[in-house]
Amino acid sequence: MNKALSRREFLKTSGGVALLIGVSGILPQMISCKNKKEAQEIIEKHSLSAWVQLTNDGRVIIYNPAAELGQGSMTSLPAIFAEEMDADWSTVSVEFSPQVSAIYGSDKWSPNNKVMLTAGSRITYGYYSIMRQAGAQARYILMHSAAQLWKTPMKELSTTNGAVIDYQDGRSISYGELVPHLVMPEKLPEFSESEFKNPKNYRFIGIDQPRVDIPEKVMGTTRFAIDIKLPEMLYGVLERGKVHGASPKLNNESKILALEGVLKLVRFDYAIGIIAETLEQALAAKKLLDITWSEAPSSRFNSQECYKKYGKIATDQTTGKVIVNKGDIGSAIKSAYKKFTVDFKNDYVYHAQMEPLNAVVQVGKDGKSAEVWVGSQQGFDSKLGIPNYLGIPAENVKINLQYLGGGFGRRSMTDFVLEGTGLAREIAPRPVKLIWTREDDVSYGAYRPLTLQRLTAATDAQGHITGFSHCVVGDGGNLVASGIRIDYYDIPNKFAEWREVSEGIRLKHWRSVGHAPNKFAIECMIDEIATYFRKDPADLRRRLLAKSPRGLATLEKAMAISDWGSTIDVDRAKGIAFLERSGTFSTGVCEISVNSTTGKIKVHNFWSASDAGIVIQPDNVKAQMEGGILMGISSVLKEQLTVVNGQIQQSNFNDYEILRMADIPDNIETAIIESHEPPRGVGESGTPLVACAIANAFLKLTGKPLRHLPFSPERVLNVLNT
Amino acid sequence: MASYSLTINNKTYNVEIKGETTLLWVLREHLGLTGTKYGCGIALCGSCTVHLDGKPVRSCTIPLRALKKDQKITTIEGLSQNGDHKIQKAWIEAQAPQCGYCQSGQIMQAAALLAKNPNPTREEIKTYMNGNLCRCGTYLRIVKAIEIAAGKTSANT
Repeated sequence: MNKALSRREFLKTSGGVALLIGVSGILPQMISCKNKKEAQEIIEKHSLSAWVQLTNDGRVIIYNPAAELGQGSMTSLPAIFAEEMDADWSTVSVEFSPQVSAIYGSDKWSPNNKVMLTAGSRITYGYYSIMRQAGAQARYILMHSAAQLWKTPMKELSTTNGAVIDYQDGRSISYGELVPHLVMPEKLPEFSESEFKNPKNYRFIGIDQPRVDIPEKVMGTTRFAIDIKLPEMLYGVLERGKVHGASPKLNNESKILALEGVLKLVRFDYAIGIIAETLEQALAAKKLLDITWSEAPSSRFNSQECYKKYGKIATDQTTGKVIVNKGDIGSAIKSAYKKFTVDFKNDYVYHAQMEPLNAVVQVGKDGKSAEVWVGSQQGFDSKLGIPNYLGIPAENVKINLQYLGGGFGRRSMTDFVLEGTGLAREIAPRPVKLIWTREDDVSYGAYRPLTLQRLTAATDAQGHITGFSHCVVGDGGNLVASGIRIDYYDIPNKFAEWREVSEGIRLKHWRSVGHAPNKFAIECMIDEIATYFRKDPADLRRRLLAKSPRGLATLEKAMAISDWGSTIDVDRAKGIAFLERSGTFSTGVCEISVNSTTGKIKVHNFWSASDAGIVIQPDNVKAQMEGGILMGISSVLKEQLTVVNGQIQQSNFNDYEILRMADIPDNIETAIIESHEPPRGVGESGTPLVACAIANAFLKLTGKPLRHLPFSPERVLNVLNT
Repeated sequence: MASYSLTINNKTYNVEIKGETTLLWVLREHLGLTGTKYGCGIALCGSCTVHLDGKPVRSCTIPLRALKKDQKITTIEGLSQNGDHKIQKAWIEAQAPQCGYCQSGQIMQAAALLAKNPNPTREEIKTYMNGNLCRCGTYLRIVKAIEIAAGKTSANT
């Protein structure tokens, strides 16, 4: 009995995949975990830890390990699993998996380290193999069980749409009917590529399924963390400085504590926290705080004056951190027929996710445990830093992941989770809902860094690029350096470096990270060269992409669907850009016009073609490209966050405007290049195409370059009038 | 503290609260009607849109004391019985939402538009919906969904 039970509970295979049959309802559960003891402990703690659960009434519950912030993983990952399991989609429902990275993590972030992190457009890429393997193993268990039930050799069985079938005898049994008869095989095979389903039989991969999260989203019943209400719950707010990192000195503590409903004040290094019975009481108290703020490293910083200093840094003889050094850039520039040197700039931008940051946290009375309800993009610590913050073991922290009202990189930071924990600790065991106001969210944001980029290119007499050098000056390492590589362009001499500055402004990944500013600079430089030599910019790129067939195919496709080169309205022009982001190659073409009186740029059409490898849900890929391009247009034409003497100058949508419906293009068309390569990311592929495509269209239309993001009407008028 | 009797989704709710409290906080934090969202607090994003006697308003800037007796409030929870308002069905057909956070407000604004103007032009749609922000960039699909609901197009066109 013991032996049988232990086999049913826990089996290991060569690949480190363990398998468990639960007690009630018979739950085949697959668990990837290297450490058998740790897995066993996790299984005991989370009785439903698994990739899939079959219920007696025939429902198939698939667990999604990714956060859902609108990118559609809640549907696409289960679709991959269901494909190999051969499930009946009408019986499938999807739930978030527990936040336990040993079981649900992917090692596509760092080798041999499983991580749950929904960022960098890596979810489909990171989980494609895992979901296929787990789905195929689930199918294997079901077929094995049917073989035992029917006393038939397994090789005579197959599956179709949620049922095991026996071709020999013409009988079939649905997965639900098999639940009481499930038996674990002695050994669970690891499936190889040739053993997976033949793509010609696919029912879900490459075939649109309606997104599983949408019905609740149109009924208003989707639960975001901000919607959580717990018994005895209190409300928390923080007042943070307008200067990042400044420390507060509260001058009217007794007055605040005397206010109706205010229970506690909590000091943070950079903020004063208030806990109150109701949200309106907490917000009223926040307005009455009288705080003196200290100086901070950014106190003298002015975001519009720093470019002069950055220019000097770019001129300095000392190189920074070298990222690319191919061939001999120095000789290429020396021997150039024509040398181009151009500076590009970009101001800070803010995430502006529609759900302001918030978290609901409950700390145990003894301070030794915590439970959290949060919309997080997770992180290298799937417990979001709380164990370290409270000094308690990781297993004492439970994260209840909720839907995210947007993330765009901001929710992969845990500052707001720890703030909520800091408040809840002071009033344990009552739960606290921490809410950031929009003003908090804007002014204590963590922005995409401001940079200056100096590009130098060398060409021969025919206008062929022989050398390309890129120096980015800014704060934040990979935040400013991502996207600086142009491996796909056939240029013999390449050099790229990052020169560090630090201003004390909070920074974070922002959709496509450094790609948007860096590709803007690179792609505009190419058009400036093409314009000088009177070449078609698309032709110039065709030559540069000669050794990148996948990239070239997107260029040809985008040119075709945009009718590149055809004569259009004289008041309009088209611009083109090519790039790689998250392993996906994309070409974008936009068509714009400019109002020469107001300086306002209007984008009329945007076409794109992408090779993202195997596409799981084509319509969702299109939705991601549409959304990424619209966010790109918003950031390029409107968004600017400025700092004067360290003070963040914007506070809400009145002074930090984002794109509204009146300014959307007439049409966004997305073409997907068919591919058999593994899936790559698309969530961030649209956004970085926009700045360069618009600037290149502007150059074509007016003969003048736009070199400083955003292209606000004032800046555009300045350029037109010089 | 004052006593307020509110008619929300054809039900009567009684709340004891300060009259300066906004309708948004009352709906969300006191009555548990969390489909209506907080986005900006200054009537610039439209996430908190509800209907007041059939007209779309921003609940984040309406203090309870400004409400007149017997005014009917409709939130996303009361727009239809089972999420089957033609706007909601069209929203699904167009696969409009991404993160979904702004969508209650978008849907309430769009429902008010079609109630007033069953056959809006694209420009009329853009003008009427201009106060509702979406950061995920679903605007094109929202336009399409409204056109589907108005019977002007289908998802495949």
